[in-house]
Amino acid sequence: MKIVALSGSNVGSKTRTAMNYTVEALQEKYADTADVTLIDLAEYDVQFSDGRNYLEYEGDTGYVTKAIMEADAIIIGTPIFQASIPATLKNIFDLLPVNAFRDKVVSMLVTAGSAKHYLIAEQQLKPILAYMKAQMVQTYVFIEEKDFYRKEITSDDVKFRIERLAEDTVVLTETYAKIREEKEAAYDF
Amino acid sequence: MEKYGINPSEGLEFGIYTLGDHLPNPVTGERISAEERIQEIIEYAKLADQAGIDFFSVGESHQEFFATQAHAVVLAAIAQATKNIKIASSSTIISTSDPVRVYENFATVDLISKGRAELIAGRASRVGLFELLGYDLRDYEELYEEKFDLLRQINEEEVVNWSGEYRAPLRNAKVLPRPQKGKLPIWRAVGGSPASAIRAGYAGVPMMMAHLGGPVSVFKRTIDSYRDALQSRGFDPTEFPVATAGFFYAAETSQQALKDMYPHINEGMKRTNGQGFPKQHFAQGIDPHNVMNIGSPQEIIEKILYQHEVYGHQRYIAQIDFGGVPFERLQKNIEIIGTEILPAIKKYTAKK
Repeated sequence: MKIVALSGSNVGSKTRTAMNYTVEALQEKYADTADVTLIDLAEYDVQFSDGRNYLEYEGDTGYVTKAIMEADAIIIGTPIFQASIPATLKNIFDLLPVNAFRDKVVSMLVTAGSAKHYLIAEQQLKPILAYMKAQMVQTYVFIEEKDFYRKEITSDDVKFRIERLAEDTVVLTETYAKIREEKEAAYDF
Repeated sequence: MEKYGINPSEGLEFGIYTLGDHLPNPVTGERISAEERIQEIIEYAKLADQAGIDFFSVGESHQEFFATQAHAVVLAAIAQATKNIKIASSSTIISTSDPVRVYENFATVDLISKGRAELIAGRASRVGLFELLGYDLRDYEELYEEKFDLLRQINEEEVVNWSGEYRAPLRNAKVLPRPQKGKLPIWRAVGGSPASAIRAGYAGVPMMMAHLGGPVSVFKRTIDSYRDALQSRGFDPTEFPVATAGFFYAAETSQQALKDMYPHINEGMKRTNGQGFPKQHFAQGIDPHNVMNIGSPQEIIEKILYQHEVYGHQRYIAQIDFGGVPFERLQKNIEIIGTEILPAIKKYTAKK
């Protein structure tokens, strides 16, 4: 299966640090089954959505949108800015078609400066993913600033949760693929 | 209605359209050459003409996996190769062309075909052509409205005085040649949404509404919005024809039709739109109240008659060839339409 690990901000290092741990967790356990691509939006020059079909974007924008559309699962890492997701991440959603996440599993990892932001993913990110038809891993990993020290995660609890997120993403992707396969075969066309 | 070449007493018109896509056959993986594809489309129109089908149209898309970018040229060849069938575009992207040149082309196609041409003007659902042809996508709506207005003015007036934002002004300009009956039927192409249908109503022009799939009732709202908008601007909705356009495939059984058609639609849409057609939605296509006309000939007859009852439309046009469907299957479908479906539809919808 193809997994895209999307680090959704071009500011700061905490989300990227947590995504590195996530990618490692995937590669350690699922090296044979999961083909993981890490896309850190800080490393790409992505233009704003202008309404065209995602196939028609070129350069970095075309690369990022196509990689996401070809993935079976997407792990979104996002910081919380001004009590919401960053514009860079919202732009990715705007670049994609309305049903972009149909038949895809999407899981979330959130970093924030304050525990007060815990429900932002629940209230702002999940509705977008649901609208775009994602099968969501309901439990997300929420990491606070105090769990980081110089680009490392210091909390074992967070590390365990990241491992479980990687596992849940893979297991759900496999499960949904199997269900879909059986269902599609039953249509007999 | 007569103004647009429609005679309601003859019943619902049945047409065929192609987007002019040039896609591989997903079953064999093979793709014919652009030359073969264009010849195939001309041959397809000839067969439709011989089967007594009312209408045939060709689309304009400027991107990979399409072959009829110069759709007016293809229509000229079709005009020469056919005798009775009405021929049109589906659609001409008026936003990114000069309406003067478009009108010259279609008036000429009309003369070649001896008065059978129509023009359906759209604003493109795939927008790559804006960059290719040197237009700014931010002017999407304004370009369409301004150029569509000019196109209509050219159609209505032999001597045109016009000025606008996106083209040099016209002073006492004669746009020649004139079509056989002096004017061409000009339609507005509308996606399934009411918003776009309302604009067609405000403009007071016939509407061709494309639909992928879904319940018949959803598109009824779009048609109602169009007719309400016509009325709100003082037009009489009974004078304006409505056409619907969507997927069609006839086989012995509906299951066989799904089997024959699905891989073409699914793989074709992946290539041209970047997303396939979900099987779950496609399976619902054979429901009597689903707008897709897929099934056995008898089921399709009943579907079309049901749609006619709900919509009160004047023309239905069928897309059969999308996604590299082998030509013998198209032939077979035309044969079924000509011998079974068309006679039944005319029998039940024509005034006795």
